[in-house]
Amino acid sequence: MKKRGPQGKRESVDLSVDLGFLRLRNPVLAASGTFGYGLEFKPYINLRKLGGIVVKGLYFNPRPGNPPPRLAESPSGLINSIGLQGIGVRAFCEKVLPQLQGLDTPIIVNVCGETDEEYAAVIDYLNKDGRIAAYELNISCPNVRKEGRCPALSPDHTFSLVRLAKETSRLPLVIKLSPNVTDIVSVARAAEEAGADALSLINTLLAMAVDIETRRPRLASTFGGLSGPAIKPVALRMVCQVAASVRIPVIGMGGIMTGRDALEFLIVGAKAVEVGTANLVDPGASARIIGEIGEFCRQKKIKRIHDIVGTLKMDDSPASR
Amino acid sequence: MLNDPAALIIRKKIWDGYVLLELKSPRIARRAKPGQFLMVRVSDQPYPLLRRPLSIHARHEGSVEIFFARSGLGTAILADKKTGETLDILGPLGRGFSIPTAVKGKTFGLVGGGRGIAPLYFLARELQAKGGRPRVFYGGKSEADLPLLRKLASQKMEVFISTDDGSAGFPGLVTAMLEKELARSARPAQVYACGPDRMMKKIAEIAAEVKIPAQLSLEAIMGCGIGACWGCVRKMRRPGGTEWVKICEDGPVFWASEVIWDVDRRQK
Repeated sequence: MKKRGPQGKRESVDLSVDLGFLRLRNPVLAASGTFGYGLEFKPYINLRKLGGIVVKGLYFNPRPGNPPPRLAESPSGLINSIGLQGIGVRAFCEKVLPQLQGLDTPIIVNVCGETDEEYAAVIDYLNKDGRIAAYELNISCPNVRKEGRCPALSPDHTFSLVRLAKETSRLPLVIKLSPNVTDIVSVARAAEEAGADALSLINTLLAMAVDIETRRPRLASTFGGLSGPAIKPVALRMVCQVAASVRIPVIGMGGIMTGRDALEFLIVGAKAVEVGTANLVDPGASARIIGEIGEFCRQKKIKRIHDIVGTLKMDDSPASR
Repeated sequence: MLNDPAALIIRKKIWDGYVLLELKSPRIARRAKPGQFLMVRVSDQPYPLLRRPLSIHARHEGSVEIFFARSGLGTAILADKKTGETLDILGPLGRGFSIPTAVKGKTFGLVGGGRGIAPLYFLARELQAKGGRPRVFYGGKSEADLPLLRKLASQKMEVFISTDDGSAGFPGLVTAMLEKELARSARPAQVYACGPDRMMKKIAEIAAEVKIPAQLSLEAIMGCGIGACWGCVRKMRRPGGTEWVKICEDGPVFWASEVIWDVDRRQK
């Protein structure tokens, strides 16, 4: 990671992170659902610079998604109800993966399912492909079942689904958790006990917006998932709680727009972060954030980003209390 | 498709409710085609968060113009930008209007409703450059909604105007004016349109009836503008059925015959 600036040699910072099952060149991954299949961003960003890419959620078959309007802007946030429209596993392996080959950037596939069996079927299909680094199990999308229902709302369902996925999978499993619960730690622990290799959080917060002229919901599906800077404090609190309660690595996300935002997540215990909505606003956001993290480390004379993870200073009570 | 983080505003023109900005951006200007759009960052603050999609209104050597209505928070902030400030823009994005290979001597009907006139000026200039004869049908609620009238007329285009309140030109909808003109003069080789959904639906019906191919530039709330978020879809006819198709990537211009008009009641 040595860089030569105009003033000559700059201090090198080791930004690499080790998730145990996967080593990343830096802690910044592009979050699922905001980065397409990666290819869309090729004109704007060097994909080789990213720590990893979590591609858009895949069901077994192509999926039509929800009716529009699918988006509503809110203060410092975005409410979406895309409904996981997508191309399915076959088109992904045949058309997308060959184009991502040779990138040397880990590709993590976000796995979806209408039923537990479908999650297993997606994993089983993708297992045959040697180009995928890990799976992120999407058990937390609020936009595909009524009233935002999803497996991640229940520790029991999380446990049984993660166990099934673990039995099927040949690759490491990251479990993406929902913030729409009263006790996220119990869901996190259920996933860990069932064999999860890592956790990623948070998915979007169930939300809505109303047009007062028409008195109708702004989204065709009434409710959607809130993302963006508006949710960062909630996400940070949950990542802090979960990181203090599990042994497996935690990947933090929720409203990260800058390197400083990312550093907050690392300090509360996330080993890596995912950048989501920022990619929509600024397709070069992930690379910029990596640069900003490095610059902060240089200024503070921190040699390894690893040294900052979980260094939150508390006066007395533990974070999880 | 590139990001120009600092396109300089070199000219600004304002009317009651409408704004035109000319942006210096040589690389985007060089690539721009009629019907394509820009994603414009309106603020470096987190609210409003999303870029705004705005069609390219005109192209010059080294610069492009955008023309838009002050219609919400984002466009209001944009409307207050001054000459000498810079804008972060992505572009040129999307698939623009398809222009036939043989244009010379042919007439084309260009129908713009309100701010929908924006991409049609660029298209009209391109058609003129290739020897075509654009006839522009420009409609608004009242005379104040037709700020580009003089600009269009100054380029020797044939311009027909209409207003809903009858304050200028044909009294009534622009689509009614189009129907009247189609009935009394030679049919254009193609119709191009941009405007509110109800207008576009009517254009599609008229075009189908008189058997003229029509291309429509559609509008949608967009998340990214580059095909990544799937937020801006509309239902289109596709082989084997229908599909939610991305406006930003597969459009914003579609053949009228592709579009399925189960207009959502939320759309005004």
